[in-house]
Amino acid sequence: MATGVHQRQQLDVVVVGHEDHGKSTVIGRLLADTGSLPEGKLEEVRARCARSARPFEYAFLLDALKHEQAQGITIDTARCFFRTARRNYIVHDAPGHIEFLKNMATGAARADCALLVIDTLEGVQENSKRHGYILGMLGVRQLAVLINKMDRVDYRFEVYDAIRRQYGQFLAHLSVFPLAYIPISAREGVNLARRGGQTPWYDGPTVLEQLESFSRSGEALDKPFRMPVQDIYKFTEDDDDRRIIAGTVESGLVRVDDTVVFYPSGKRSAVKSIEAFSAPARREVGAGYAAGLTLSTQVYVRPGELLCKAGEPPPVVGSRFRASLFWMGRAPLVRDRTYRLRVGAAAVGVRLAEVRHVLDTTELSSLLHKQEVERHDVAECVLETVRPVAFDPHGELFATGRFVIVDGYEIAGCGVILAPEEARESLFAADLRRREHVWQRGHVSSEQRAARYGHTGKFIVFTGLPDAGKEALAKELERRLFDRGCATYFLGVGHLYAELAEGEHDKSLARDDEITHLGQLARVLADTGLLFITTLAEADDFEIERLRRLVAPHELFVVHVGEAVFARVQPDVTLPSRPDHASALAEIEASLSRHNVLRWDYSI
Amino acid sequence: MGRNRAALAAGQSYPHGTLDRLGCCKALKTDALRHTLAGDWPRRVYDPQTGEWREEINGAPFTGVIVGARADEEGSRSKERYFSPRNVQSDWEVDDQPPEIWNYYKTSFAPGTHVRIHPLLDWTELNLWEYIQREAIPVIPLYFNRGEGRRYRSLGCWPCTQPVESEARTVAEVVEELASGKFANVAERSGRAQDKDDGGTLETLRREGYM
Repeated sequence: MATGVHQRQQLDVVVVGHEDHGKSTVIGRLLADTGSLPEGKLEEVRARCARSARPFEYAFLLDALKHEQAQGITIDTARCFFRTARRNYIVHDAPGHIEFLKNMATGAARADCALLVIDTLEGVQENSKRHGYILGMLGVRQLAVLINKMDRVDYRFEVYDAIRRQYGQFLAHLSVFPLAYIPISAREGVNLARRGGQTPWYDGPTVLEQLESFSRSGEALDKPFRMPVQDIYKFTEDDDDRRIIAGTVESGLVRVDDTVVFYPSGKRSAVKSIEAFSAPARREVGAGYAAGLTLSTQVYVRPGELLCKAGEPPPVVGSRFRASLFWMGRAPLVRDRTYRLRVGAAAVGVRLAEVRHVLDTTELSSLLHKQEVERHDVAECVLETVRPVAFDPHGELFATGRFVIVDGYEIAGCGVILAPEEARESLFAADLRRREHVWQRGHVSSEQRAARYGHTGKFIVFTGLPDAGKEALAKELERRLFDRGCATYFLGVGHLYAELAEGEHDKSLARDDEITHLGQLARVLADTGLLFITTLAEADDFEIERLRRLVAPHELFVVHVGEAVFARVQPDVTLPSRPDHASALAEIEASLSRHNVLRWDYSI
Repeated sequence: MGRNRAALAAGQSYPHGTLDRLGCCKALKTDALRHTLAGDWPRRVYDPQTGEWREEINGAPFTGVIVGARADEEGSRSKERYFSPRNVQSDWEVDDQPPEIWNYYKTSFAPGTHVRIHPLLDWTELNLWEYIQREAIPVIPLYFNRGEGRRYRSLGCWPCTQPVESEARTVAEVVEELASGKFANVAERSGRAQDKDDGGTLETLRREGYM
């Protein structure tokens, strides 16, 4: 940074706790005692209190700063700023009322550290616990508990100690360990910016000393490299054929020439360059930076993959995991509904497979057995995604182990991944088993149909990138097979499902739905003995694997056209882009014969 | 942007027209903004190819605006989100804002939603000037003292915007003044009158669409 002198460190602090335990007073006092108030503000508020014959309170300062006294609104996380000689602080004042827990979570999710305020008179209350839990789940590890209103209990050590023990025990269940329990009187300014003589039995830090000792949440440079792929920029002007893989590095670092692997696809390449706009090229890029990389070989990947480095611990690739989550949605999180999971840059359909337990925050650690997760619940659940995703258990890498769940248009839940889960039977497998179980057939067998038509039923899919010439060829194949007497049908599903996608605001979910619909349809049509032909642009390994399972007991026949896109799927026929139709059709027919689809010799 | 020709023609402005300060903000800024975004008033659109402004009649509604609002400017802005939706009536539902957790923001919207995007929300005035200095970004001269010992920290309509006393003539001097000089503890918008009326004024304006 060029402007070295003024680049001051900035720390995000969130102040939480049960309503009326004194959060605003703590903040007001910190602002006043660090000389961070705008000029004249303290006098202005004192004067206003005097005019209305109210005793002055430091909490009013905050209200005055927020211009809120007219409406008395303190519903949101509002920010204020103060500074010390060491650095600048952004203080997020999180509301204590339960209705505003999502605002509290918003404030806390940004924080490097937290102050949790507990009132000596009321002691540990429901939101003291809930906030403690949410802080732990959001990964705010730097926590100090402020035991406030000590002046109201004559600064007695016994009161302080009882709360410290009780709350410490609760937090220990959650593996949250505060760095300090500080006895304070925010109103009297004891042990905030200045040590008071009222607590001779306390030799820990003041609130300000504690804040100054917190560190910024580390950008994890020493961890494995992880970059969620946000987008792939393609340039076309002036024969520029760069494909730039864009995203923000969440952890680790990568250098030019490093071998990199995309997950979940498993595709590999090496970093050719690290691009920058209007700046000199760099040789390496690390955590915290938005980066654009070009690769030494052309690989086809979609946004949402997780870019990692070969030779480092890989992420987990899976479609089922155990998670701890906090639900904010108005409607509860229920089974049998598909939500959208956002993890890293990926957005995939997700279903609730199992509720392990819901934490009862009104009691210290007791668990409730529920089948759904209601608003403001914190729960441990098993989730299953529609397609595999790449992630890290949050204990190992926090940035790639945390997620949100979107219900409709809204972020309704947030959570952290505890560990991948093995399922005895996935939700998807159970759906297929039920489908086959209730499937009713007539008296004509598949063999009898094959004998009549001269071929078995088959689902023939043309894959490849757009403009590879798939559709024209697929229609030619239908013509050719029909002319030979086959029962065949071409359906341009791309156009059909464009309608479906129109109504679905979310492209990733629309795509998942499209695959499911198509697979179900193909299962029926192949069962009728038909050679059902379609094209599916940009299909990836997972989509083909999913289609295979959907169409079973029948089979999928894959014809791939143009640039290679699969890492695992072996197409039955692979053709160049815009292939010559005569030779391409001959090759497809020969392969269909070899696979015993076409039961007589078609060669002329 | 569009202009509220009707309000101007009717003399609905402050201080010489018929309106008070807040009415003026609403008529000249909020209403004009809403109609411009909706596309039902003419817009002036800059064409970077020709360097000229052209007038666009009946343009499609804008579904999003990127705004430079910062939380440190004043109270109602401190409650903003990075992605802040306005509903079909373009109201800001300040008491029911979407959560923003880690780096996940609300990015899917019901049809008819309009979104304000505030990428600089957690920047301070000082951060901004340091960035201007580092990247050598040109700024207009009203921000500097040009010999009268005054400069503007925040720019708005002339009758409601007061300069501050300052000797800062360059970006470096502005940075110095904000970092450790006389303005280290004085709010940027202290020269903006609409912030000063009784509590919640700007919040009321913002609920209606003020930026």
